[in-house]
Amino acid sequence: MTPATTTEHTAAGTAHRRVEGRDKVTGAARYAAEIPLAGLAHGWLVGSTVARGRVRSVETAPVLAMPGVLTVLHHGNTARVTTDYVTVLGTSPDPTAAVFQHDQVQHMGWPVALVVAETPEQAREGAEALVVHYDEEPHDTAFSGDRADAYPLDSMGQPAVTDKGETEAELAASAVVVDACYTTPENHHNAMEPHAATVRWDGGRLDVIDSNQSAAWIQSELANMFSLDPQSVRVRSEHVGGAFGGKGVRAHQVAAALAARALGRPVRVAMTRRQMFALIGYRSPTAQRIRLGADADGRLRALQHDSLNQTSTVHEHVEASAGVSRVGYDAAAHRTAQRVVRLDVPTPTWMRAPGEAPGSFALESAMDELAAECGIDPIELRMRNEPERGPVSGLPFGSRRLPDCFREGARRFGWADRDPRPGVRRDGRRLLGTGTAAASFLAMAMPATAAVTAEADGTFTVRIGAADVGTGARTALTLIAAEALRTAPDRVRMRIGDSDFGPAWGAAGSMGTRSWAWAITDAVAALRERLAGGAGIPPEGVTARSDTSGSVFGLAPRERRAYGAQFAEVAVDPGTGEVRVRRLLGIFAAGRIVNPLTARSQLTGGMIWGISMALHEEAVRDPVSGGHVGADLAGYHVAAHADIPAVEADWVDDPDPEDPVGIKGVGEIGVVGVAAAVANAVWHATGVRHRHLPLRPDRVLTAPPAA
Amino acid sequence: MAPPVHSEITLTVNGEEHTLLVDHRTTLLDALRERLDLTGTKKGCDQGQCGACTVLLDGRRAVSCLQLAVAAEGRTVTTVEGLADGDRLHPVQQAFLDLDGFQCGYCTPGQICSAVAVIEEHAAGWPSAVTADVRPEAGPPELTAEEIRERMSGNLCRCGAHVQIVRSVARAAGAEEAAV
Ligand code: FES
Ligand code: FES
Repeated sequence: MTPATTTEHTAAGTAHRRVEGRDKVTGAARYAAEIPLAGLAHGWLVGSTVARGRVRSVETAPVLAMPGVLTVLHHGNTARVTTDYVTVLGTSPDPTAAVFQHDQVQHMGWPVALVVAETPEQAREGAEALVVHYDEEPHDTAFSGDRADAYPLDSMGQPAVTDKGETEAELAASAVVVDACYTTPENHHNAMEPHAATVRWDGGRLDVIDSNQSAAWIQSELANMFSLDPQSVRVRSEHVGGAFGGKGVRAHQVAAALAARALGRPVRVAMTRRQMFALIGYRSPTAQRIRLGADADGRLRALQHDSLNQTSTVHEHVEASAGVSRVGYDAAAHRTAQRVVRLDVPTPTWMRAPGEAPGSFALESAMDELAAECGIDPIELRMRNEPERGPVSGLPFGSRRLPDCFREGARRFGWADRDPRPGVRRDGRRLLGTGTAAASFLAMAMPATAAVTAEADGTFTVRIGAADVGTGARTALTLIAAEALRTAPDRVRMRIGDSDFGPAWGAAGSMGTRSWAWAITDAVAALRERLAGGAGIPPEGVTARSDTSGSVFGLAPRERRAYGAQFAEVAVDPGTGEVRVRRLLGIFAAGRIVNPLTARSQLTGGMIWGISMALHEEAVRDPVSGGHVGADLAGYHVAAHADIPAVEADWVDDPDPEDPVGIKGVGEIGVVGVAAAVANAVWHATGVRHRHLPLRPDRVLTAPPAA
Repeated sequence: MAPPVHSEITLTVNGEEHTLLVDHRTTLLDALRERLDLTGTKKGCDQGQCGACTVLLDGRRAVSCLQLAVAAEGRTVTTVEGLADGDRLHPVQQAFLDLDGFQCGYCTPGQICSAVAVIEEHAAGWPSAVTADVRPEAGPPELTAEEIRERMSGNLCRCGAHVQIVRSVARAAGAEEAAV
């Protein structure tokens, strides 16, 4: 039969429920720890109770004698894996996922053993009973902005330092100067689904059912570690319960693979919530200094942004917070620097809106301070400093509709009626205020491969190594494929989350859906060409493949970003110090919106992350033990329903002319700028500037009153 | 002689009676997931802090990770798998599906079970911490967005689906107007 490719369909751009939605609301969708396997054994990780030192001995005998315990893996009895390879990102791997390779303890909660047993209860009890002796060494986990041992570090092709013009001279010539330090705390992803892997060795093949944001990345890392061909590793992750940057290769997959090989039977390792705080990465705390110099009319002469974050002693990670200042505003002089300090802590990693989330808090707070100093409306100040080209790079921008976002947001929020004076509005005993901030996030694409099959029954099957971590990617890609195939979405079967589908970028950097869509539209174009002859479809179907590595890197250099304007209204209780967000509105220019239903969810979800970051989230590290205080969802509060008001996201039309589908990406930009908009609103309510997140009640209560 | 570490229990789950020999350490959550293969009920924290494991226990919502299976002996459990009527989704499930009341879906079974109970608790006149008039004769308060948020706050959602969840609960309760 000939496929139905003649009628025009415009599925993309209209609201569609998630294609896997029914499975998710009925409980039928199975996640990584939920696939039954015959003969499955259960592994439980044991974390160190010291922050630095060496494992002297592991008392395995009493635990091995416990009912059901099958083995105890530790550095003294575990096979070696490879750690000196280059990752798909072109970096050296964080060696901390390679568990039980040596006796050194590099942070509190470092995995020192895995107890494997017939049941989870037996494994857990064995893990809790396991006695490990350490030679403890002094540790240093104290992060602060004035660490003398900090050093500048490049990150993912971004230089550590940029310097344009005469910053000091411009500051000296400025009528108004803002010079302030901002800090953000350690934040944790806390995806609702804990990391888990169910692993078996099938002949020589490693079969991994895992929760991650890119099956192909995990495949590649495990192949490297276990010295296998990539084809000898299969990673599947059909449903993933949130990722946010924290679901890469981690101790659970490696420990499960080691145990499964040692025992010759399948093993599942699921992390506990508490273990996640030590083992999956996190957003580093930052200390940032901003110096703005401006003429009396608010035009910037100088913009300086220095940021510092912590990293571990074994791997470097930059929280690229100064990046926002390289693309945000025009100024005669720009100076930015990103530095790190090595501490006895786990390696931090990317977390939703990496760099931009903390960086925009500092920059957009400072811009609000400048607006107040100059007596200029904060939106007008931003408009006056809107750059023509990349302020540091000198490159032309892709589409940059930030001013339109502010205009539309201001209209919808009622900004025009705002009295700029701080501390003058009340609702009962509460003080009210409003604040705004700009948002932007990188809009890029990365290589992917895809295969599209025209089936003999007139339907189509797409296979791509994409991951739907809750973004709605599976649904968006279905709509995109249907549009390209000129068929109805229900005739397209979207198969994702399997490394056997070939290499592909992951759900990361707001580049997932865009990168996968590119590969799918290329494959569809090839398929349509092959079908153009009009020959019938054989029983096995006709398949065309694509690989976008050539095309995605072929674009001329530009500053390509998505934009947004955030507006917050807060109520501050001066008696309790409680800050409540009453309204949050974000207007975005973020490329073509493929599925308005799920894109809005992505944007409001990001904005809710922003509220949570502004008001609640803070992992507290005890300098004495080197570990966390309250490493759980009670000690680390993420916004609950009662914390979240009516949050509204909308967009202006902004299809990216350089993308085959017009996409920019919506996964992260929602977070950016929210914390600043909230803090700016708190200033407007109270007259007090808060430069340290989160805006805890005690900080609000003890802040010196407004001058 | 060592004391027994297993006991036989009977649970009625989604209308079906199960007799199980369970380890005394097994939680109701693990009994559902690991023994009965009802993996719709999720484990987000295993310590009563996230609500992902919410089920209806004798009709009332409970976090199944804080309940030992042996302590549930003889009780009736409804999980997310037991809400739909054949192919017809429960109104709460339908509302979550239509209004995108979830993203990754991992908190979703807990949110849905909680919402089913919230709607019943509200209809029965139970007040919440934000109810202004808590006198029994005042009757159920209007199921505003604020009431729904308060009553659903034991169910965390890390994806940030809060806005859509509150709307879904309101629609299922027939209180959509009040809660937008
Ligand atoms: S798993 Fe039971 S409350 Fe989190
Ligand atoms: S939908 Fe992902 S945690 Fe709620």
